[in-house]
Amino acid sequence: MTDKTVDPDGPPQTAAVPARGFSRRALFGLAGAGAVGLGLGVAGDRAAIAVAAAASPTGASVTYPFFGAHQAGIVTPAQDRLHFAAFDVAADLTRADLIELLQDWSTAAALMTAGRDVGEFGAVNGPYDAPPEDTGEAQGLPPAGLTITFGFGPTLFQTADGADRFGLAARRPEALTALPHFPGDMLEEGRSDGDLCIQACADDPQVAVHAIRNLSRIAFGRAAIRWSQLGFGRTSSTSTSQATPRNLFGFKDGTANIKAEEPDAVTDQVWVGSDDGPAWLAGGSYLVARRIRMTIETWDRTLLREQETVIGRNKGAGAPLSGGTEFTEPDFTIVGRADAPLIDQAAHVRLAHPTQNAGTRMLRRGYNFVDGNDELGRLNAGLFFISFQRSPEQFSRVQLSLAKNDALNEYIRHVGSALFAVPPGAAAGSYVGAALFA
Amino acid sequence: MRARFSLLALGSAALLALTGCVANNPGGAGPALTVDSSADGCSVSASEVAAGTTSFSVTNSGDQVTEFYLLGDDGLRIVGEAENIGPGLTRDLVVQLAEGSYFTACKPGMVGDGIGKAAFTVTPSESGTVVNANLDQQVETANTNYSSYVKDQIAQLVTGTDAFAAAYVAGDFDSARTLYAATRMHWERVETVAESFGDLDPKLDLREADLEEGQDWTGWHAIEKDLWPAEAEAGFAAYTPEKRSSLAEQLVADTATLNDNVQDLTFSLSQQTNGAIGLLDEVASGKVTGEEEFWSHTDLWDFQANIDGATVLYAGVRDILVEEDADLAESLDSEFASLQELLDAQRVGDDFTLYTDLTPAEIRAFADQVNALAEPLNQLTATLVL
Repeated sequence: MTDKTVDPDGPPQTAAVPARGFSRRALFGLAGAGAVGLGLGVAGDRAAIAVAAAASPTGASVTYPFFGAHQAGIVTPAQDRLHFAAFDVAADLTRADLIELLQDWSTAAALMTAGRDVGEFGAVNGPYDAPPEDTGEAQGLPPAGLTITFGFGPTLFQTADGADRFGLAARRPEALTALPHFPGDMLEEGRSDGDLCIQACADDPQVAVHAIRNLSRIAFGRAAIRWSQLGFGRTSSTSTSQATPRNLFGFKDGTANIKAEEPDAVTDQVWVGSDDGPAWLAGGSYLVARRIRMTIETWDRTLLREQETVIGRNKGAGAPLSGGTEFTEPDFTIVGRADAPLIDQAAHVRLAHPTQNAGTRMLRRGYNFVDGNDELGRLNAGLFFISFQRSPEQFSRVQLSLAKNDALNEYIRHVGSALFAVPPGAAAGSYVGAALFA
Repeated sequence: MRARFSLLALGSAALLALTGCVANNPGGAGPALTVDSSADGCSVSASEVAAGTTSFSVTNSGDQVTEFYLLGDDGLRIVGEAENIGPGLTRDLVVQLAEGSYFTACKPGMVGDGIGKAAFTVTPSESGTVVNANLDQQVETANTNYSSYVKDQIAQLVTGTDAFAAAYVAGDFDSARTLYAATRMHWERVETVAESFGDLDPKLDLREADLEEGQDWTGWHAIEKDLWPAEAEAGFAAYTPEKRSSLAEQLVADTATLNDNVQDLTFSLSQQTNGAIGLLDEVASGKVTGEEEFWSHTDLWDFQANIDGATVLYAGVRDILVEEDADLAESLDSEFASLQELLDAQRVGDDFTLYTDLTPAEIRAFADQVNALAEPLNQLTATLVL
């Protein structure tokens, strides 16, 4: 098996990478390989983009380095599959335990994102009378562009009743509090919040599941899954090298998303700046997750006229109703019959647009989901919305505008919500969040 | 209050396009023509088709918003149109065409008499098509009847609201609770019209979950919570007498304003058909799920009222539909009746079973039947208006 790895100074290379199952001793070599992404900032991202652009159609053998200035899985070209999990830490967890958990997670994440098994011996090479260290279902699968991204919830710093379990309360970013209630929110506690989160994205669903499964196993006794979400299809492009995918309403989604090729926008809107505070979060971001249920049965019997009016784009090409093609900027002033705007006042594209929100943008990285069906025989389907932004205020501003007036609200409801601070990337040999505990 | 896409707003586009309607052609989809609407031309890929379903795929190659018209033999009567096509966009116009002479024209900039007017001929088809000569009269009758229905329901809403508010302020909560669901039925019967007044709907029918942080909560559901405090969250404090008076006064005043607003409404055919669709959507998204009446659990009253309203709308256009598509009419008759049977089974005297007393199987049966009705019902606009 040959994999492509990242060379920041040149075009993607095809290099021989050990197959899965190789022992943890290979990690030392791995850490060295990961170091190419270190301290390179946007250069590392550009390299990642170059890899994706040059990758095979499935992207199956692409790897993204785990170590680097920023965590992977943010500006990384959105992979096709998601497994996301929020965790609550154990009641008896100490600060040292928490650090150790993050170290263990980082080590395992570095191995898995390189296409290797976790543990010293992996899935099948260990002692015969011990359970295998790696769960094994990713054997024979390529790295599939796996990225693993860690985040810290508000309750990690201070619980709802004020407890400072890990001596972190003073280091909590001011902006890291529960999101406000938005009109129409029907949030379920069991689908919301959490002390920690892990976003695993890959082009192979089993690779993503393997990651969450092994990381949750590593955490047993220290942290347990509070809620989790599978996403079967990406709904956003985060690189101009990607075609715009469709959400379950059948419309292209994420056309105007922040793309990795816009370094200024990424700097302005996605990464926490060194002056934003706190210092440990500089180079990180804020992750908002919203489980948005779509009542697709009702939507599907809606007239095409209404569907396009609600979205503000046409359904075929994804062009704004003001004219042009998919990537033409919407013109909200152009009017049609009776001087009514071609893009309705309540159209989703209008209310979400940066020009209607003081220039606010987010890097969206959501996924379609269908989790079986509900008790009424309707598909339990929707969009697992994920956005990365420099400040949670960016999400809140746009979401308030949408929640109040979006014509789409008739067909969606927000049932889960969570906010996490995503620390910057880890230096090789270190762990994610190390600066927080320094 | 989920449907923000109001009947009145939605109906604005398809008011016309009636007089060319013909019986549905069972022969299936006809030819697909293309139309190029440029700055100075309106070229159609063919000038003659056989009667039946015809589709015009209109591309705006100019730089202004354009419209495409299919006109009758007098060159004035609008048979079909695709409006509000932005520059560079393509939109399809699908029409049923009877044998005869027509004209095609485009209107870039949407002003003036249009350009590129050209003769367009529809030749006889083998299956034959029939023009409904009485259509205009039938549509006008349906409009008049529905306008009267809306005014009557809102008038009864005013009377009921006055009595409800008086009982609530007087502390006669038993009476208020009795009047609550029965009075709201008048609102729910014409919900798609009532909520089309964007400023009044949130004042009258907002649910607590729809509130913005810091927003004042008024209307039926704010009072509902106070009337069924046992269903509210722990620690919920009963309202003060002042707050009760204020909520009641506001409810009465807003309802009176609503009554004023509906006096001069008229309804196009598409507004009526889309209104029926909208009411079914209300049932599917709010009532079947028990979300509308969060504390009183009187969702089935609303459910019945939404269906009452949809039934009235359907009955108003049914004669037209029978001529256009008798099979669809038969299917809708049957599905409406099946849904009503399910509702009748939950009647308890003048009341209904509370939502919370329904079994999962009963709720499931409602949901399935709503789907069974909504699928054909949502064909109504396309069948009648095109």
